[in-house]
Amino acid sequence: MNRAAARRRRSHFMVGLMGLAVVLAVLPLLLILGTLVAKGASSLNLAFFTKMPVPAGETGGGVMHAIVGTLMIVGTACLIGLPLGIGGGIYCAEYPGSKLATVTRFVSDVLNGTPSIVVGVFAWTWIVATQKHFSAFAGSVALAILMVPMVTRTTEEMIKLVPHSLREAALALGYSRWRTSLTVVVRTTLPGIVTGSLLAVARVAGETAPLLFTALGSQYLSFDLDQPMAALPLVVFTYATGPYEEWHQLAWATALVLILVVLVLSVAARLATRGKFRQNG
Amino acid sequence: MTATLPGRTAMPHASSLKPTLAARGAPATRGPGGEPVVEAREFRFSYGPTEVLKGISLGVARNAVTAIIGPSGCGKSTFLRAINRMHELLPDVRHGGDLLLDGQSIYAPGRDLVDLRRRIGMVFQRPNPFPKSIFDNVAYGPTVNRLALKRDLPELVERCLRQAALWDEVKDRLHEPGTGLSGGQQQRLCIARALANSPEVLLMDEPCSALDPIATQKVEELIFALKEHYTIAIVTHNMQQAARVSDFTGFFDSGELIEFGDTDQLFTAPAHERTEAYITGRFG
Repeated sequence: MNRAAARRRRSHFMVGLMGLAVVLAVLPLLLILGTLVAKGASSLNLAFFTKMPVPAGETGGGVMHAIVGTLMIVGTACLIGLPLGIGGGIYCAEYPGSKLATVTRFVSDVLNGTPSIVVGVFAWTWIVATQKHFSAFAGSVALAILMVPMVTRTTEEMIKLVPHSLREAALALGYSRWRTSLTVVVRTTLPGIVTGSLLAVARVAGETAPLLFTALGSQYLSFDLDQPMAALPLVVFTYATGPYEEWHQLAWATALVLILVVLVLSVAARLATRGKFRQNG
Repeated sequence: MTATLPGRTAMPHASSLKPTLAARGAPATRGPGGEPVVEAREFRFSYGPTEVLKGISLGVARNAVTAIIGPSGCGKSTFLRAINRMHELLPDVRHGGDLLLDGQSIYAPGRDLVDLRRRIGMVFQRPNPFPKSIFDNVAYGPTVNRLALKRDLPELVERCLRQAALWDEVKDRLHEPGTGLSGGQQQRLCIARALANSPEVLLMDEPCSALDPIATQKVEELIFALKEHYTIAIVTHNMQQAARVSDFTGFFDSGELIEFGDTDQLFTAPAHERTEAYITGRFG
C-alpha cells in the first residue's frame, strides 16, 4: 500500500468524522421540529389563528390574543431597541478608539451573556413595581434591553467590513463625516444590519422569562400596552404546565407557530443579505 | 516652455505665513499658467514620530498635469493626500509648513473641509465606486453639495460621463450598479464622479495601478484630455506613465523633493544624481 492511498483514506476518515458532527449538530433541530409537527400540526387550523381561547375542558378555540400580543410586544421592543442598537453599533464602528465605544462594547458583551430572567426582574423592579401593575410595555422594555446589545455588536461588525476605500471616496467628494456614515457606510451595510436585527427579533420573540414578570399574560384580546397582554411563549408556558389534555395540545401547536415565526424571520434575514448592490473586491 | 522659476515670487498673503518661513523665503515654483493652483511651502508631515515629508516646496501649475514619482515609501502618496486633508481620519498626524490652494492655506483653522474637498477631487488607487447605480455614483457629489438642481442632474451626469470617456459604454445601463462594471470602467466612473463636483484640482493616487494595459491607456488618454479644464496632480509608480501624461514631474525620495521640473527635461537630462539613478532603474 503506498502513501497516497493511506493519505486518501485518512482524508476520507476525517471528512466522515466532520460529516457525523454536522449530523449530530442538526439532529436536535430536526427532532424538535419533528416532535412539534407530529404533536402540534393536528391542532393547527384557521380557528387556531383567528379564535380566542375557550374555557378549560372545551375543545377548539385559538390563540389569536397571543399572536396579537406577541406582535405588539415585540413590535414595541423593536421601536425602542433597534434605533438604540443600530445607533450604538454605528458609533462603535465609526469611532472605534473612543472611550465610549470601548465601554459600550464591553457592556454589550456582558449584557449579551446576561440571563434573560435577570433583565425581566430588572424591568419588573423599574416599571412594574413603580407603576404597581403588570404591563405589556414593561415586557417590551425588557425585550428591547435584550435586543440592544445583540444589534449593537452585529451592526458594528457589519460596518467594520465596509472597505476603507469607500469611506475615503465619500469624504473626497465632500461628504461630511456623519453623511458618509449614514448614506454610504450604513447604506452599504444595510442588508447586514437588517439580518442582525431580524435575528435579534427572532431571538427575543421566543423569550419567556422576561415576560413572566412584565407582560404577565392574559386571556383576552388586548391592544393596550399599559395592561397585561398575552404572548405566544407565555401561552406555551401556561398551557404546557396546565392539567388539561386540550391545553397540552394547544401548547404544542403554539410552540410550533412560535418556531415557524422564528424560522420565517431567519429565512427573511437570509434573503435580505442577498442585496441587489454588493461591493466586490 | 518655462518649467520652474526658482526663487521667491511676491505673494500678497506672505504675511499670513509663519515669520520663520517667510524670512527663509520658501521657494515658490511657478508653472506657465502663472500662480500655481496648489502650492506647498516647506510642507512637513508626520505619522506619530515618523516624519514622512521633510519640507516639500512645490507648485502645481494650472491646467497642466504634474506627476510625482519616487520609490515606495518616499512620501508621494502622503503628499497627495495631504492636499485634500485625507489624513484627517488617522490619529496622531502632524504637519508643518503650509499648503495653499489659490493662495489660501488648506490647513487654516476653520477651513471648511467639505468645500475644500469639493474643490479638490480625488481618484484613488483602487476603483471604489459606491454600491449604487452608475447614475447615482456620478450624481451624488453634486446632490450632496447642492451644485445642481434635480432636473439638471441627467445632463450633468451625461456630461461628466462623456468627459470621462465612459458615456458610450454605459449610456444604456445607467441604473445598473456601478460595481458591476469592469475595473477600468469603474476607475473612469470614479473619475466622472470626481468631475461632477466641478473641482479645480484633481488628485490621482496611482489611478492605473489596479488596471490592465488597455484600461490604463484609456485612463491616460483621459488624463491628457482633462488637463484642458482641470489642474491635475498624479502620483505614479510607472515612470513611462509620468513621462507620457505629465507636463511637470517631481521626484521624491525619503520624504524630500529631490528634483522638480519640466517632464521632458527631468527624464532626458536629470540634474540630480539620485533622479538619474531612479529613472534609469538603478534603484527603487
